[in-house]
Amino acid sequence: MEEVDVNPTVTNIPAIRHGKHMGFAWGPEDILVYETQFKASGPSLSGPGGSFIHKVRKDEDIHSPILRKLFNESHHIFVGLQTIKEDVPSKSKKPQFVSISRNYRSVIRACMEELQQVAVSTKDTEMATQYGNQVSILLAIELIWNLCEVLFIDAAPAGSLLLHLLDWVRLHNADADEKAKDVLQSDSPAEHHHYWDVVVSYVLQGRLEEARQMLAKQATRQPASRNMYKLMDGLLSKMPFYNPGGTQTLTEFDVKWRNWHEEVDRYLKDNSFSSNYHLELICKILVGDEDALLEQKELLSTWYHFLITRLLYCHPTVKPIELHYYAQSCLTMFLDSRSVQEPLDSILLAAFEFDIYLVIKDCSIVLNNWWFVAHLTDLLDHCKLLHSHNLNFGSNMREFLLIEYASGLFTHHSLWQCAVDYFDHCPELGRACLELQIERVPLDTERKALKVLRICEDRQMSEQVRSICKIMAMRALRNNRLGSALSWSIRAKDAAFATLISERFLQDYCTKGTFSDLDLIDNLGPAMLLSDRLTFLGKYREFHKLYGEKRFKEAAKLLLSLMTAKIAPRSFWMTLLTDALPLLEQKEVIFSADQTYELMYCLEELTSSLDTAAPGADSPMQEQDVEQTKVELLRLSLARNLAMAIVKEGTVDT
Amino acid sequence: MESAKYVSLKISKTRWRPVSHSSLQQPDIFATGSWDNEDNKVSVWSIGDPGSLGLEDGFEGDPQLICEHKHDGDVLDLQFLDQERIVTVSSTGAVTIFRHHQNSQTVSVSQQWPRAHRYPCDDAPGTGVACSSPEIVTVGEDGRIIVFRADHEGVVRVIENADSSTLHAVTYLRTTEVLTVNSFGQLKLWDLRQQNNSPSQVLSLSGDRVPLYCVDRHPNQQHIVATGGQDGMLCVWDVRQGSMPFSLMEAHSAEMWEVHFHPTNPDHLFTCSEDGSLLHWETASPSERPSFLQGGGSSSMTSRSAMAPAGGNQSIMSAWLCGDPSKSRLETTHMLPSQTLSVNSLDVLGQCLVCGTDGEAIFVNRQVPV
Repeated sequence: MEEVDVNPTVTNIPAIRHGKHMGFAWGPEDILVYETQFKASGPSLSGPGGSFIHKVRKDEDIHSPILRKLFNESHHIFVGLQTIKEDVPSKSKKPQFVSISRNYRSVIRACMEELQQVAVSTKDTEMATQYGNQVSILLAIELIWNLCEVLFIDAAPAGSLLLHLLDWVRLHNADADEKAKDVLQSDSPAEHHHYWDVVVSYVLQGRLEEARQMLAKQATRQPASRNMYKLMDGLLSKMPFYNPGGTQTLTEFDVKWRNWHEEVDRYLKDNSFSSNYHLELICKILVGDEDALLEQKELLSTWYHFLITRLLYCHPTVKPIELHYYAQSCLTMFLDSRSVQEPLDSILLAAFEFDIYLVIKDCSIVLNNWWFVAHLTDLLDHCKLLHSHNLNFGSNMREFLLIEYASGLFTHHSLWQCAVDYFDHCPELGRACLELQIERVPLDTERKALKVLRICEDRQMSEQVRSICKIMAMRALRNNRLGSALSWSIRAKDAAFATLISERFLQDYCTKGTFSDLDLIDNLGPAMLLSDRLTFLGKYREFHKLYGEKRFKEAAKLLLSLMTAKIAPRSFWMTLLTDALPLLEQKEVIFSADQTYELMYCLEELTSSLDTAAPGADSPMQEQDVEQTKVELLRLSLARNLAMAIVKEGTVDT
Repeated sequence: MESAKYVSLKISKTRWRPVSHSSLQQPDIFATGSWDNEDNKVSVWSIGDPGSLGLEDGFEGDPQLICEHKHDGDVLDLQFLDQERIVTVSSTGAVTIFRHHQNSQTVSVSQQWPRAHRYPCDDAPGTGVACSSPEIVTVGEDGRIIVFRADHEGVVRVIENADSSTLHAVTYLRTTEVLTVNSFGQLKLWDLRQQNNSPSQVLSLSGDRVPLYCVDRHPNQQHIVATGGQDGMLCVWDVRQGSMPFSLMEAHSAEMWEVHFHPTNPDHLFTCSEDGSLLHWETASPSERPSFLQGGGSSSMTSRSAMAPAGGNQSIMSAWLCGDPSKSRLETTHMLPSQTLSVNSLDVLGQCLVCGTDGEAIFVNRQVPV
């Protein structure tokens, strides 16, 4: 097993008494911890321990309101990235990828600025430190991302590489500009105590135009050294910079640069600047003197600044593969015995070595959530920079990181919706993970359930649709909202549940004698066909309506069909036959002879099944009597109706 | 062109604060409600005047948060009762009136009816609210319609079991009539003057009973109503005639959450949906007559329009009721720059449109072409 690179941090649970043993259980993104009665030695006490369960969360960022904006905006960019067409060759997509990378970075910067503002304005010192920490982490993230963009995505060749790296360093070194602002705003800039710092910083960052402008102020003050300043100005203006878009080739530029370098060296050796300490220092820097550069540690502030400056003035045509030699040596030179190599330094070093995997691995360990590595890996994967580096669990690294990130999002009460898109773009395991997670989203309101259902339906996750609809329908049923329950089972096309609900309706009818929720039953429409019981309910209600409208013939026909077509459940036949009684007793013959025969057949079927069913000792005698009476009444009415029907049909109208 | 303002809360409702009709001002203040958060909030935002300090020429300023207040449960509907008061219904079933104090720029709870919507042993979320100051009507998942009066302690009237399924939205048709939509695709008209608890009229689609989630009434012609539901179809109904919708138009590929007629320019309609799009519908009336003569403007025409049969005199009837969308010129434009997560709510007033999404973003457009 690999050694852990970083010592794990210890978190104290304040509410658990000292010395007590803790029990724990893993959650998706947290641990539940509780106090136990366990004793390492001696008998354990029985009885309850502490009555609290503590939830320990590792990732606080996800719950910070400002960082949430980062998650949402980057989600938007992520989805846009996935929709870039695959058929276009990678080369022409490079500017697109670079611009997407810049979008991500601008989102990070916006977040950082907001956090900075809040950190400054808050009065709570603990919050201020927390915000301050978050700001520095975001700074580091943006630094790493920018470097990855320069080295991996933009992948500039020798010549342009240094220019990009110069931009990178300038962007992350705001000190020089702040000092410059102070100096320029003062009454006499040339006498400001930071003046020379500013000039040297400009030179270190390769901003020679600005250095010249600053020097000009000093030159006017010292007319005696005018020649020296003029000489320096000349050297600064003549320094060649590679122009990627121009016609000059790299070798031509190299030759020019070497000539210039020799010229500067000559002037240095001639002691042309020896009378002015600062100008000589600048000259030494221009020549690339390592010791002079190392003296400026404070202005450089970081080893990578030192690296870029050194490359600028010693090897401006550095090739990408040569970078790591210089990087390693600069790091060693810059760090003296007292300072220790920080994780950020090793990550940057890994980047200079073009070891993408090491960069990602180190970042994963250091950062406490997967946001950065997931998005960066995804972008690099789109640039086709990651070889299919198969992990033990069968998926590739990009997918692994995206799933980890999305699973973390899913535990958030609100950000789970963003996570769905991430799972969508993980072809191997995404769907399975989504299926598991989506069922566990708590559904407090119908509106939330509708949104979750839409997500499942769009992805043809019929199992989950059924399960969610069933949960909502059961809840509605428990609260006696039969209409809602029915609408959920219609959505899921759940025939079994629809049957259950119809049973409830019918039970209500039997106990109360009238239908509740008529507005629903009357307007079922095609939904009626979902389940037999539901169809029966609708048709039965129709029968009642026809009866109410005195359309007896049609009502009779419907009633009969309900029994003969076996739509009605056997248990309900008695009720139906009883409903037929008033129709049979009418003066006018409603049931024809054939229909009467059918009714009799139904009655016989019913009674025979009742007889064969073992007469339970628990059914009271009274009920049996009632049943008996009903059956006899029916038989009588049917016989009478049959007689009248036969007579009527046999009569010939003359 | 609008850009997103990310607010770290999923927005369920956005509403402009009403501007007085006499002034020609554009609205500058809107309220939002959030949902699905551990701490939900009702917030008031300002987009400021174009001439105010700090904004460059032509630059659409971001909405600035003025004040906010904690809200218990999801904000499932939000309406401005008047210039200062906002009514919300919550997923806990509570109906709350918030007051926005303009001097101190704070929001406080002015009145609350907790558990107005409820089940016997559970919370029932409220789903819709409509106001006609000082009267407030709310509907909920418990199928109740409740009438309140602002500044009145108790409940004025409850229609129990108004619907066996969930009522999703409510709107005033006339000052004494409200219209509700439910999970069975039915529109029910309720006359609040009547004491019986049954609707005076029920309209529904034939065919599949698709749940309806939103409803809005035409600002000038009170018999025209637009609804949207689960299948994303936009239906326009004529409440006087028959029980069938007049026209059905395919609008969205997922649930339609809100539909709004433009309050002063009703030839324009806006819809937003779960599929992340916001559509602007513009209908051009088929008649050549100038618009001020349409819609029953002059008295001689109103008498005819009251009895106009379907497909009758086109210049009188609203262009929305033409039945065949190809006959009237109907243009649809997407208003959001790109696909987002669900757009939950929109509101339009004057030339300004505001909408909120599940991507925790608010979009404001100050130059809606109406």
